[in-house]
Amino acid sequence: MTTPPPISAVEHAAAEIERGSSLGRDAWYRLQKNKLAMISLWIFIIITIACMVVPFFPGIPNPNKTYPDLKSMDAFQSAVSKDGDKIFYLLGSDYLGRDIFSRILYGGRVSLGVGFLATLVSLTIGVIYGAVAGFIGGKLDSAMMRVVDILYALPFLIIVIILTTFFGNKLWLLFVCIGAVEWLTMSRIVRGQVLSLKNQEFVEAARSLGLSNWRIIIRHLIPNTVGPVIVYTTLTVPAVMRLEAILSFLGLGIQPPNSSWGSLIKEGADRMVSDQALLIYPSIVFAATLFALNFLGDGLRDALDPKTSKD
Amino acid sequence: METVRYIVSRLLQSLFALFCIIAITFFIARLAPGGPFLDDKAVPEHLIKQMEVNYGLDKPLVVQFAKYLGKLVQGDLGPSFGNKGFTVNDIIAQGWPVSAVIGFLGLAIALALGIPVGIIAASRRNTNVDYTLMGVAMLGICLPTFVIGPLLGLFFGLKLDWFDVAGWENSSAWILASLTLGLYYAAYIARLTRGSMLDVLNQDYIRTARAKGVAPLKVLFKHAFRGGISPVVAYLGPALAGLIGGSFVVEQIFGLPGLGQHFVKAATNRDYWLINGTVTVIAVLILAMNLVVDLIQVWLDPRRKLKS
Repeated sequence: MTTPPPISAVEHAAAEIERGSSLGRDAWYRLQKNKLAMISLWIFIIITIACMVVPFFPGIPNPNKTYPDLKSMDAFQSAVSKDGDKIFYLLGSDYLGRDIFSRILYGGRVSLGVGFLATLVSLTIGVIYGAVAGFIGGKLDSAMMRVVDILYALPFLIIVIILTTFFGNKLWLLFVCIGAVEWLTMSRIVRGQVLSLKNQEFVEAARSLGLSNWRIIIRHLIPNTVGPVIVYTTLTVPAVMRLEAILSFLGLGIQPPNSSWGSLIKEGADRMVSDQALLIYPSIVFAATLFALNFLGDGLRDALDPKTSKD
Repeated sequence: METVRYIVSRLLQSLFALFCIIAITFFIARLAPGGPFLDDKAVPEHLIKQMEVNYGLDKPLVVQFAKYLGKLVQGDLGPSFGNKGFTVNDIIAQGWPVSAVIGFLGLAIALALGIPVGIIAASRRNTNVDYTLMGVAMLGICLPTFVIGPLLGLFFGLKLDWFDVAGWENSSAWILASLTLGLYYAAYIARLTRGSMLDVLNQDYIRTARAKGVAPLKVLFKHAFRGGISPVVAYLGPALAGLIGGSFVVEQIFGLPGLGQHFVKAATNRDYWLINGTVTVIAVLILAMNLVVDLIQVWLDPRRKLKS
């Protein structure tokens, strides 16, 4: 007969198992094995950091300063302007002598900024709306979801056009407008999650402890929906960036001389016959960012929900 | 009987939604700062007042809204402030065919490309064919229309000289514009089709069909297709809404005289009735499409027992 292991060892092992691996760490491990997703993650991080940090480096020209004597320079050329500025054009200059590289970087700050902030707005609305509808249920739920159905049928772009033209071209407004129309799918996803969670024991336990509905939603239900929410957030950012770019393309988003990737592509498209670089460089950066985010989203879905992966 | 009741209840719902949409656009437009008669030049106060009286803009908003609805029911969308001498009906009648043709052609292209690609990818799951097709589809999703449009124009229009890049008179510009518009939705539909076909192909009744020796192609098209296509049909409503909005952008790229240009101008100049009219027409179209889509879905999947 073997002697049972000392109790302290059992406890130790149990603690080990408990620490074992959290859902998040599992997901991170699976994500790391997905090469495409990891490359995407790195591309995205590099582009983001470049846009946020590089403009502060010395030698990066002011993106809005025009040099009439240095128009349409080729890439990798340095030049001295009439007023004595020494400039190195990494990607050449545009039809006003502005540095394309620095315009892309500054444009990226707007595009990425709108992407994140508008996503945050839509995330907040969508998660709370969906969680309330799913948790309360009954008539309120069906009424709230009917509203979502109706809004789904609206031509978003047209509404955003109306909102942005009516209330001016303020940047913060762009966040709110885009965020306000992009929350629908998020609310559906969260509602579905909450519906399947709300009859589980931990919610019952919370209720029997006397917690208010609001507290149960915020502290117990929403944290449990985090997986699908992260996935969908990753996919919302590129959608929002597309919308911002379309608005800028229509001349309703960011106003010149400031730029976003959308307005840069618009400038390039207008002059594509004479100078293709203006269209091609911003398009590559923009498409690469959207690519990276979409693949990252797909990878996260596989990582966080291995059941449905590969489909 | 059940079907009739379902259609009637959905119609009522759509009418209610339409009313909401009209009301929302009307009041947002009117509560926004600025007005149709504010110009770059300073217009004397009393002239603006006079104009507002002429167009009935001085009455309380609710009264104006009721009047607007009354005229709308008779099919009168009101005058346009920005285009002197034209009614909104004129402008929409003129621009609508352009936007509609591009939108529906784009939808046709999206379906004709997206569904076969999705089915092929699903039936060759996790092979190089699948990866290549889905890679291209991802490219289609990531490249915005206003990148694809100019590039297509550059390539087909200027390099190969197959199409005219701009201008409505020459019908070939339609094709390029619709292609530009449809590619994104083709890519999306391809991904959607692949996903749902895979779901269906993993189900028991497909295994049964295969086990009893049904030919693979017949399994794919006779047994799996009907179930697999359902999410795509559900997506048609939102897709059309997106296509109409997207046609505004494509019109801009190819210089086509559709509703898009009028609409952006109207919104900037506070051309109230033109804004409301355009939104109303588009909303009617989209709601009708959603109704049709719902009915097709019931036909595709009778399990979805007409629940309203």
